[in-house]
Amino acid sequence: MSQTQAWTDRKIESIVGNLLRAGVLSSALIVLCGAVIYLARHGFSPADYRVFRGEPTGLKSVRGIVRDAFSLHSRGIIQLGLLCLMATPVARVAFSVWGFAEEHDRMYVSFTVVVLLILLYSLLGSGLGF
Amino acid sequence: MNILEFTLLVWAGSFVAGLLGALTGLGGGVILVPLLTLFFKVDIRYAIGASLVSVIATSSGAAAAYVKEGYSNIRIGMFLEIATTLGALLGAFLAAIVPVNALAIIFGLVLLYSAYLSRKPRPHFERHLPPDALATRLRLNGSFPEGEGLRSYNVQGVPAGFSLMFGAGALSGLLGIGSGAVKVLAMDQAMKIPFKVSTTTSNFMIGVTAAASAGVYLNRGYVDPGLAMPVMLGVLVGSLLGTRILIRVETRWLRLVFSAVIVILGIQMIYQGLGGRI
Repeated sequence: MSQTQAWTDRKIESIVGNLLRAGVLSSALIVLCGAVIYLARHGFSPADYRVFRGEPTGLKSVRGIVRDAFSLHSRGIIQLGLLCLMATPVARVAFSVWGFAEEHDRMYVSFTVVVLLILLYSLLGSGLGF
Repeated sequence: MNILEFTLLVWAGSFVAGLLGALTGLGGGVILVPLLTLFFKVDIRYAIGASLVSVIATSSGAAAAYVKEGYSNIRIGMFLEIATTLGALLGAFLAAIVPVNALAIIFGLVLLYSAYLSRKPRPHFERHLPPDALATRLRLNGSFPEGEGLRSYNVQGVPAGFSLMFGAGALSGLLGIGSGAVKVLAMDQAMKIPFKVSTTTSNFMIGVTAAASAGVYLNRGYVDPGLAMPVMLGVLVGSLLGTRILIRVETRWLRLVFSAVIVILGIQMIYQGLGGRI
């Protein structure tokens, strides 16, 4: 590994570190806001997770979650926070594509694009057709 | 039990899991799913969904701290993430087909194996390995700060490591854990990556791997906000606190106790799975 490449790698890693921290903290805050509303509204209803029912459509897909959260449903807001959390590693990988492109490292640009496509498929496409 | 009590208890349990996971370096994910299924009687699929979310949170939170030390290797990480994310997709799809009690038994076996691995002494490495042709082509070799200067290393066994990483990803997607145990096997044993580099790089990769299966879980409706909320917040606070006080506590006894807990939970998961009670 050449010296400049090692230096650029370090720089990318430190930006990535801050990106991850910001992503986790902001999603935790969104989840916390949703939690307060959720507990205030439903805190005294009985809890039951013994039987698996699966989530309603509004809490399953990206579009459904965003719509639910903006109509200020507490569970939708929590789910939006969780979605932000899942998007944090995706943002990290997307940023690495740019970083490797900056180093003119074609091989690693293509590796990173493959990982990014797998992640996007999982988040956006895996609910369709299966 | 009403929702408020349930939320507070799950939060407290997740907090302890995150704290112990960070202090012992074994990860909180492994005891989270048994805790939720055995004690809170949560359906294992909801438990796995919630656990995956918390794995993303702890991995991303800790990675920010590790990055500064300069041990992790983003090329090794990104290359192996191709294997772990593909494996994670496979694991997540399998989770929908595999019967629930079989999931519990597999989980139990993985727990027993993790406990065994944590008691085994760390393997000793030869320091000056010749460069491997494939690893060199892939630009995986690197260096890390040691003492005054930099210590360089040559990565070995790329095909074996890549295949093991696919398996680690599949387990992670199937069981909702970080699969630290299999990752250590792949990076330390097969690829001969120095310990500090492999642990920090693996931590970096865990979040991406978990995100690959978390998307499938979310789309399948296995992520319940009411359950994932206290789990994620509890594990996150616990593990952040754990990394802070890590320097001041004696972890040898803690590791021993934690391994014993993992063994007991593993046996319980297998027993309950065999009895069809999960």
